[in-house]
Amino acid sequence: MKETIAKLEDKARSLRVSIIKTLHKSQSGHTGGSLSAIDIITVLYFHTMRHDSANPQWDGRDRFVLSKGHAAPAQYVALAEAGYFPKEDLMMLRRLGSHLQGHPDSKVTPGVEVCTGSLGQGLSLANGMAMGLKLDGKPNHVYAVLGDGELQEGQVWEAAMAAAHYKLDNLCAIVDANGLQIDGEVDRVMAVAPIADKFRAFGWHTIEIDGHDIGAIIDAFEQAKSLTGKPTVIVARTVKGKGVSFFENKASYHGVTPSDDELPRALECLGEQCNL
Amino acid sequence: MSDMMATRDAYGEVLAELGQDNERIVVLDADLSGSTKTAVFGKKFPDRFFNMGIAEANMVVTAAGLAAIGKIPFVSTFAIFASGRAWEQIRQSVAYPKANVKVVATHGGVTVGEDGGSHQSVEDIAIMRAIPNMTVIVPADGVETKAAIKAIADYKGPVYVRLGRNKVPTVFPKDYSFAIGKGSELVTGSDLTFVTTGLMTSAAVKAAEALKSEGISARVVHIGTVKPLDQDILVKAAKETQLIITAEEHSIIGGLGGAVAELLSEHCPVPVHRLGVKDRFGTSGKAEELLKYFELTADDLAGAAREALKRK
Repeated sequence: MKETIAKLEDKARSLRVSIIKTLHKSQSGHTGGSLSAIDIITVLYFHTMRHDSANPQWDGRDRFVLSKGHAAPAQYVALAEAGYFPKEDLMMLRRLGSHLQGHPDSKVTPGVEVCTGSLGQGLSLANGMAMGLKLDGKPNHVYAVLGDGELQEGQVWEAAMAAAHYKLDNLCAIVDANGLQIDGEVDRVMAVAPIADKFRAFGWHTIEIDGHDIGAIIDAFEQAKSLTGKPTVIVARTVKGKGVSFFENKASYHGVTPSDDELPRALECLGEQCNL
Repeated sequence: MSDMMATRDAYGEVLAELGQDNERIVVLDADLSGSTKTAVFGKKFPDRFFNMGIAEANMVVTAAGLAAIGKIPFVSTFAIFASGRAWEQIRQSVAYPKANVKVVATHGGVTVGEDGGSHQSVEDIAIMRAIPNMTVIVPADGVETKAAIKAIADYKGPVYVRLGRNKVPTVFPKDYSFAIGKGSELVTGSDLTFVTTGLMTSAAVKAAEALKSEGISARVVHIGTVKPLDQDILVKAAKETQLIITAEEHSIIGGLGGAVAELLSEHCPVPVHRLGVKDRFGTSGKAEELLKYFELTADDLAGAAREALKRK
């Protein structure tokens, strides 16, 4: 297990490097929320989920929904690393004609299941998938990553109600709770706390973890898998911009990409030499 | 035209019938299954029927999730909530990804009646038509509703179908076959063409009969699919009759009249008179009273034709 954790930690670090390089190249996109979610996404793609990059439509795959679709770079670097498309394609992020759109688009990107990015809709999509899989008697699981600011959308709670009502125990929602949204601290813009209590009141099994502790993330997913009769939410406490000290905990880095000056410093933070 | 049937009743019946043959069909409703008639399906196939409660936004997007697993979801509620409350959800999670979701909205138009303007959807055709990838269907009667629902179950992609609350006269023969994007010439004529959709088609057929006795030859073209529009049948009618009168139980802005005017202005500019709700909201009243109030009876259509012909 220790070895697994160490390998995943290294994978997450290298994916952070990829996110920084990708966003520096595109000069458009969301840095802070991609870095906060990448540990969770790394565990999902390289440990927890069953999937096959050689066959993206494989019937036996688990499903992933990035409800906080602005963190698309985090999903794209994971998909490229897993072999869904060449890593060079990452440099085309957000360009005209690219198959890597600003927000996840199932029509053009192998490995992306649904179109997301309009906040508040991802959990409903995940519900539908979980319901469909149950209807077919399939054992596959559905994972949906939401932002904490996103919880301000009322539809999230419509979906939370429905997931518990239909006992979707093949569904696991993860809240990437970095505490920041575009206009500032979530607590100041529109408080959503206490998150776990709210989901619990809606009938969910809740787990609270440090969202950068790979071992804790693995354990939480294992717990979610073994639970029956209700959906699970993992409230993952994270740091916006995690891994790059001068991006960390700054709302201003929500939709800002690394500048030419910042690039080498950011890579240095991640233990990477800048060869550009 | 002696038979009467509500298009929503036809929907409930055909849905239950289709569910028998196609196990991929699932149905979602938002606490209105008795009114939308999806309860008929729900009673027969409880495992494939999901009541999502009074939460239309979640219902529509859940359907998109079910479609991503390969199901063919039919989503129903009143037209005002489907097209209004869940508009952005339909845009983002259904139309944008080309999800195989069928939004079948009942209680469209002013004939919902007594519930009043808040519940009378007069904008839904316009706002659904504006969304890329979206097909918009407004059947004239129960026969066409059944044929259209069968056709869209086989068609892969997003569709919006607008149905009504009340019984309407049957205009199509039982063996009528529906094709997405094809209009139907129900009455031949050379002086003018009524282009209609939904329950206005039966009114146009009646109006054409009345005009015939006065020596006026009115053609009736029913547009079952408002988008994509049948260009051939409309341009032909415009060329041959040189006068178009559209009628719909919907705002004159952006609906059938708007669509026809857009098309003909580019391909065969002739006068297009638009009958419908004139940029206003509905109001409480009985369905028949409201059709009179909004000048959408067969008499109103015939009167509009006489007036327009004077200026031809």
